[in-house]
Amino acid sequence: MKFDTPAGANPIDQLKVVGQPLDRIDGPLKTTGTAPYAYERHDVAPNQAYGHVVGAGIARGRVTAMDIAAARAAAGVIAIVTTLDTPRLAKAKRNAAPLFGGAEIQHYHQAIAVVVAESFEQARAAAQLIRVSYAREPGRFDLAAAAGSAPLVGGDSEEGSGAPPEDRRGDFEGAFGAAPVRLDQTYTTPDESHAMMEPHASIAAWEGDRLTVWTSSQMIAWGKADLATTLGLPPEKVRLVSPYIGGGFGGKLFLRADAVLAALGARAAGRPVKVALTRPLVANNTTHRPATIQRIRIGAGRDGRITAIAHESTSGNLKDGKPETAVQQSKLLYAGANRLTAMRLAELDLPEGNAMRAPGEAPGLMALEIAMDEMAEKLGLDPVRFRILNDTQVDPEHPERPFSHRQLVECLSRGAERFGWSGRNPKPGERRDGRWLVGMGMAAGFRNNLLTKSAARVRLDREGIVTVETDMTDIGTGSYTIIAQTAAEMMGLPIDKVRVRLGDSDFPVSAGSGGQWGANNSTAGVYAACVKLREAVAQRLGFNSADAAFAEGMVRAGNRSAPLGQAAGEAGLVAEDGIEYGDLAKRYQQSTFAGHFVEVAVDAATGETRVRRMLAVCAAGRILNPKSARSQVIGAMTMGVGAALMEDLVVDKRLGFFVNHDLAGYEVPVHADIPHQEVIFLDEVDPVSSPMKAKGVGELGLCGVGAAIANAVYNATGIRVRDYPITLDKLLDRLPEMA
Amino acid sequence: MKPFTYERARSPAEAAAAAARRPGAKFIAGGTNLLDLMKLQIEVPAHLIDVNGLALDKVEPTPEGGLRIGALVRNTDLAADERVRRDYAVLSRALLAGATGQLRNKATTAGNLLQRTRCPYFYDTAQPCNKRQPGSGCAAIGGFTRPLAVIGGSEACIATNPSDMAVAMRALDAVVETVRPDGTTRSIPIAEFHRLPGGTPHIETALEAGELITAVTLPPPAGGRQFYRKVRDRASYAFALVSVAAVVQRDGTGRVALGGVAHKPWRVEGAEAELRRGAKPAMAAILDGARPTPENAFKLALAERTLASVLAEARG
Ligand SMILES: Cc1cc2nc3c(=O)[nH]c(=O)nc-3n(C[C@H](O)[C@H](O)[C@H](O)COP(=O)(O)OP(=O)(O)OC[C@H]3O[C@@H](n4cnc5c(N)ncnc54)[C@H](O)[C@@H]3O)c2cc1C
Ligand code: SF4
Repeated sequence: MKFDTPAGANPIDQLKVVGQPLDRIDGPLKTTGTAPYAYERHDVAPNQAYGHVVGAGIARGRVTAMDIAAARAAAGVIAIVTTLDTPRLAKAKRNAAPLFGGAEIQHYHQAIAVVVAESFEQARAAAQLIRVSYAREPGRFDLAAAAGSAPLVGGDSEEGSGAPPEDRRGDFEGAFGAAPVRLDQTYTTPDESHAMMEPHASIAAWEGDRLTVWTSSQMIAWGKADLATTLGLPPEKVRLVSPYIGGGFGGKLFLRADAVLAALGARAAGRPVKVALTRPLVANNTTHRPATIQRIRIGAGRDGRITAIAHESTSGNLKDGKPETAVQQSKLLYAGANRLTAMRLAELDLPEGNAMRAPGEAPGLMALEIAMDEMAEKLGLDPVRFRILNDTQVDPEHPERPFSHRQLVECLSRGAERFGWSGRNPKPGERRDGRWLVGMGMAAGFRNNLLTKSAARVRLDREGIVTVETDMTDIGTGSYTIIAQTAAEMMGLPIDKVRVRLGDSDFPVSAGSGGQWGANNSTAGVYAACVKLREAVAQRLGFNSADAAFAEGMVRAGNRSAPLGQAAGEAGLVAEDGIEYGDLAKRYQQSTFAGHFVEVAVDAATGETRVRRMLAVCAAGRILNPKSARSQVIGAMTMGVGAALMEDLVVDKRLGFFVNHDLAGYEVPVHADIPHQEVIFLDEVDPVSSPMKAKGVGELGLCGVGAAIANAVYNATGIRVRDYPITLDKLLDRLPEMA
Repeated sequence: MKPFTYERARSPAEAAAAAARRPGAKFIAGGTNLLDLMKLQIEVPAHLIDVNGLALDKVEPTPEGGLRIGALVRNTDLAADERVRRDYAVLSRALLAGATGQLRNKATTAGNLLQRTRCPYFYDTAQPCNKRQPGSGCAAIGGFTRPLAVIGGSEACIATNPSDMAVAMRALDAVVETVRPDGTTRSIPIAEFHRLPGGTPHIETALEAGELITAVTLPPPAGGRQFYRKVRDRASYAFALVSVAAVVQRDGTGRVALGGVAHKPWRVEGAEAELRRGAKPAMAAILDGARPTPENAFKLALAERTLASVLAEARG
């Protein structure tokens, strides 16, 4: 189905099932521990052996020798595959460094061996017997040191935010120079780890030259294509299966060493092999969100209108890696005639930086939205008011291009009212509650809505049960449920008459889970397939498809009616279709918006910051399921607390690796850090986005939160920290004197 | 994990004797620290002696009016003990500030005293570490030192002791009771139990090979108001950047021990006379001779401010 004109009325608008706050249909499986995650699929292949991956102990250089004799002789060992006896594997398009093979080491914990044994413990114990000799080479590990000479590089996160190396409108320098009120500040964000619960894990089994991998992947089609490239197999010989995923946050968008080494290990062992990466390997072997150094300049008239805005970001990556597109939102969020964005990329020898939840916007807004707060203060304007004043209903770089639907102003005003923003003391450091300094902060949230094609197959059986098959994934987001809701709405069924099967490369290719594009696109694909199925049903029943109505398990046309299942007959009915987009995304800028409000308390003695209340008001098209959407947003807000206050993959700049590579050292928020959270969705439909009239929310909930917290810390203490995370050591020397 | 043999000890003396007989033997109590380290092969015992069956799980009054805490009393039970909560509140509070409910249900008094450092380089076996592998060097010095020691460190090691419980015990002048492989017993004052790293950071306590902890004894209650303030980067389930255990009397005198600053719970009795003059002079005396790194120098100010906050609460 081609979607090239805004959607008119359609069966989804009935909202009998779609839009209802239904429980997740996969909830019981997860709460009873019976949802089969990749590493637990003992049933899918007999005689599984265990693989343990060894990572390089240096950041850059060569492996000169590997002594595996003792490991080979260890109890239970079946096979060992080392990087020295494997020619360098082809690097798939989406990987910055090869995942295995050859002597060269490009980053710490790059995989150098997999040991396969009868048990996990035996594999791990044997792996620790391998002695490796290296020839170290000096590397570049310090972003700040490399930033000065980093060249301009454009890039696309493949996750929906992109920008050219440098983009100019009007005369930024001239307008900035002439502006009566100016801000010029630099902000930094650290490297971050996805830190999802389930590490990367795969089971691989060969049948002749055919390979099946049960894995944990957000993007089945990418994974399949990249695994085929890496192993030099024709894609049709590779099958990927990933029905349940214990979190990904972008860490599982791309093929990683678990799948590759499970496949190589299985070939060597002549048996199916399962591999899970250890926590340290999640940090240093896989991808992370790259650190950024961002310079922001804003010039405005005394009336508070922005006349000049520049956002420049520098990040680092491996030679074939991409920049963090942190300037993206600054192209679209606020008005202003004279504009500049630029991205610089320093070559570093650290592990690969790549997409993590809201790549680009998450770190970009952490900087931009502090800058806006600082600018509001310089102008003597309320920060909410300042943002509203600079709202734009058109793409500021291309004023002929309107936003399809933009309710940022409504998010901000509604949020301010609900949160009690008028009670905020604009003078920082004035509110006290016992030993706590209390303050409020806010920020705008922004994340693009991305359109990408997505297909599905729907089957109808005699009992009137509809089964949906698509390679879409559910990474804990609720895909199962919203897809079932879509099919139920379209076919006039209650949700318990719909079965959903996901995450198998034998199913039609979907949008997958990334860039908050999953919900809108995958359900639109299911919509398209259901439209086809409705036509087939009407035809089977001899009804005119135009006036066939589907409700309560019946199909009605004029005064005729029949049970839906009757159309299926013995053999059942199958329909397959997908959604494809025309140029609506070119003609309209499609984005999602939020207002984030936060209250924090900072211990006046120790500088410990504790968040007290959080509110997000979101405008993101039709909300397909308010319950799962809320879960997405509160989860994202929690991640925002982590980014603002504690998350920091610490680089050892001498040795070239992330030092705090486990969940004891890399701190993410725990329950005690998360206070009262409230989420409001504005009542909105966006017919330009898809027949579902929906958009994404999963990343929007994170975008802006970090800055809202930073601004609240400023309001509480009068201390402006521009260097995330805002840990207490950055506040301590400016807190009030102690008696 | 390296393969190991296993036995259940039947009495404390037998456990100690068994440990001396088997080179490379280790006791296992709750296992919450030892097993993690064995998985990473930082600890590689050839033989485990399970002490959980020993009847060392009681908290009993001593004739002197103190408490004798069995080596196997779980952290949860100790924190909840009515006598501890009433008379040794600093200990109860310190325990509850540590780890999580699940871990405290398993963790024992002896195991907690012997938990090993959380220096991140100690956990990465590709990196040199004098504590893990004597003589290999120290990857932390010159690297990421924010969580590490500011005082009492050496050229060989600047790790900290991560225990909260031990800091409170240090403030309470606890005594560690042991039995040796030859069956003799001894009492080690907590001040002498943990060691500074010096040139041998792998030797962390005064225990001899095979020596088993049987109990920790607390002297009669110290009175006063008792505080444990643990400062960390998140609200729970994190090790201390700095912690302050304090017993403050009505007249402003008292005792202070610090966690998160040194290779052992840090207390300088001689400095406590300064407490009546306030946190600044007291902390200056307690941390006299500190040698922080640029990354962890903030701990000095943090310790002083935290103590000031505790003293203010004690007054108020
Ligand atoms: C994720 C995590 C977070 C944590 N957070 C904190 C925290 O915030 N604060 C804190 O203080 N602690 C924390 N801990 C540490 C925890 O307190 C210790 O793991 C626990 O107290 C160890 O007790 P155990 O009985 O399990 O010891 P085990 O692991 O059984 O043993 C530890 C050591 O003690 C030896 N041992 C045990 N019993 C005896 C005995 N009777 N005599 C001689 N030697 C003995 C063992 O041989 C071993 O060397 C944390 C631990 C984890 C895993
Ligand atoms: S500080 Fe101590 S524990 Fe840490 S690496 Fe150095 S020697 Fe090892």
